[in-house]
Amino acid sequence: MNETTPTVMDTKAIGGRSAEAAICARGITRDFKAGQSTIRVLHGIDTDIKPGEMTFVVGESGSGKTTLISIMCGILWPTDGEVKVFGTDIYKLSDAELVNFRLENIGFIFQQYNLIPSIDAAANAAVPLIAQGMRVGEAREKAKALLEKLNIGDQADKLPNQLSGGQQQRVAIARALVHEPRLVVCDEPTAALDTSSGRRVMDLLREVAVAEDRACIIVTHDNRIFDLADRILVLEDGLVTHDGTDMPDGH
Amino acid sequence: MLTGDSQKFYGLLFGIAFSTLLNTQQLTIFVNLIERGASGVYNAPEAEIWVMDPVSRTTEVNYAMPSTALDEVRSVEGVEWAVPHLRAPASVRSSTGDLEGVQIVGVDDATLIGLPERLLATNKSILSQPDTVLIDDVGIINLFESGEDPIGQRLELNDQRAIIRGVADAIPSFTSQVTLYTKYSQALNYVPGTRNRLTFVLAGVADGETAEAVAQRIEEQTGLKAETREEFAQAGVDFIIQNTGIPTNFGITVVLGFVVGVAIVGLTFSLFIRDNIKQFGALKAIGVTNLKIMRMVAAQAGLVGAIGYAFGIVGTVAFLWGFSGNPFFKGFYIPWQIPLISLGAVIIILAITGWLALRSVLSTEPAAVFR
Ligand SMILES: Nc1ncnc2c1ncn2[C@@H]1O[C@H](COP(=O)(O)OP(=O)(O)O)[C@@H](O)[C@H]1O
Ligand SMILES: [Mg+2]
Repeated sequence: MNETTPTVMDTKAIGGRSAEAAICARGITRDFKAGQSTIRVLHGIDTDIKPGEMTFVVGESGSGKTTLISIMCGILWPTDGEVKVFGTDIYKLSDAELVNFRLENIGFIFQQYNLIPSIDAAANAAVPLIAQGMRVGEAREKAKALLEKLNIGDQADKLPNQLSGGQQQRVAIARALVHEPRLVVCDEPTAALDTSSGRRVMDLLREVAVAEDRACIIVTHDNRIFDLADRILVLEDGLVTHDGTDMPDGH
Repeated sequence: MLTGDSQKFYGLLFGIAFSTLLNTQQLTIFVNLIERGASGVYNAPEAEIWVMDPVSRTTEVNYAMPSTALDEVRSVEGVEWAVPHLRAPASVRSSTGDLEGVQIVGVDDATLIGLPERLLATNKSILSQPDTVLIDDVGIINLFESGEDPIGQRLELNDQRAIIRGVADAIPSFTSQVTLYTKYSQALNYVPGTRNRLTFVLAGVADGETAEAVAQRIEEQTGLKAETREEFAQAGVDFIIQNTGIPTNFGITVVLGFVVGVAIVGLTFSLFIRDNIKQFGALKAIGVTNLKIMRMVAAQAGLVGAIGYAFGIVGTVAFLWGFSGNPFFKGFYIPWQIPLISLGAVIIILAITGWLALRSVLSTEPAAVFR
């Protein structure tokens, strides 16, 4: 698959890396305060996420999917446990180091796209590069090239509100990939889209995002796209109850 | 991202422009009004030193000296010239029979020092004709409300005849009172007789002397009060500040302008932040630092601030220009300090409101973006 699919990551696809786990999570627990009481949302999760594949995290609403990937991508501190992303123990980093680690290594795709309304598609897609300090013109060029790949090169100069939901999510995909991160996390990327555009977006994501040394985690409860997963983790009440290439029987 | 939200962009723009306009315009009117306390000084541009009785305070609030004061001043070293100058209130009966309070200014018969620099439709020699008075241009409106031509009009002053034969282009006094200029000898007839009527001696300074030093010397030798042109102008301004409610009134308006600016800008700013909190959260998750977010918002606020400020200043200029024909605004100008003060106010407004609005962004957990 990685041999035949053209990816933006060709330059980074260094052989041999794939043996290393992209994410190594050990004993992850997370508590939330709810009024007087504390509720435990994650109950000690151990899992490795491998590069070169698309890992789906599925489960019912409230099962802790969002909490888990938030912890795995360095935006939510676990109550207990350890997360290594490509060998870096991310919660041992200082705040500033962690922010920079995310900027260099992680791409994000959100349910509501969260594009900046006042700047055009190319500028939105270029945000991580600009934040990394690249000149705006150069960053836009790179972003445009990626938008071409996502079949919306002709929309590069449009503002987000001039684009359809599917187009906006493709701009968001470009923003998540433009800086060639080694980890891409998506929370319910198709939840705001209808079936056909959700499907198209996911096909494109699979085509463009999967690379030999890049891991993709996708949180979803959209069973129409389960067939795109290389691996599926099922979360139930804060525990991984299934880990395999397909959905367990009965789902 | 602010510039993309036209509603809020214009809200901010309006807040800034309104505040700038109100502050600049009110401060300008304030400064120009209080400077009218010095109009008597400005209207006698040749005088470098004003000599007066020690109890006199301004050109209008004065107490006459014995006529011997003139020679005393002339005998002081460093005084190049010294001339008598009379300023006294009088009542005039106009052609329609109305009684109007006027200020009589008597200028030196020989040199005519003490007249405003510019006369309209005549020249200074007209004063040598009998019974001549000149009227100040703004005074015309008060004295001739129906708009007749003042030239040639007869007035009655202290039972004496006066004929208006010219108009002086003068800065109006604080009260916009009618001012009539005439020769000193003539003025003595128009002002009811008291023993002393010499209110001021205007003096010039010899080459190589400073006005301060000569004024000092005059005070020491004559026991009179002597002030330089600048000091006496300032005394006139200070008198208005101390004796009217003007500073308070304008101060209240300026503070209101500031508060309204803070309110409009602050409200719009926080609405903007609230609408975009998810986008800011996304930026934070992606790895954009708080510092970069602050810089980004500051740059945009700066842009809106600059445009709004420019509108406010242009508005003030347009306002003054639009009213330049109105005698109330005669000679109004915008002192350079006022736009700077308004700029400072804009910066403070944006800093306060921007900081208040940004606090929520800075404290947003990046994890909130997934919720
Ligand atoms: N910040 C929070 N404060 C309190 N409770 C939270 C918070 N975030 C999530 N939870 C709770 O944790 C549970 C799991 O939430 P989440 O990870 O969002 O589940 P999912 O994404 O699978 O729907 C839910 O019961 C939710 O109410
Ligand atoms: Mg969720």
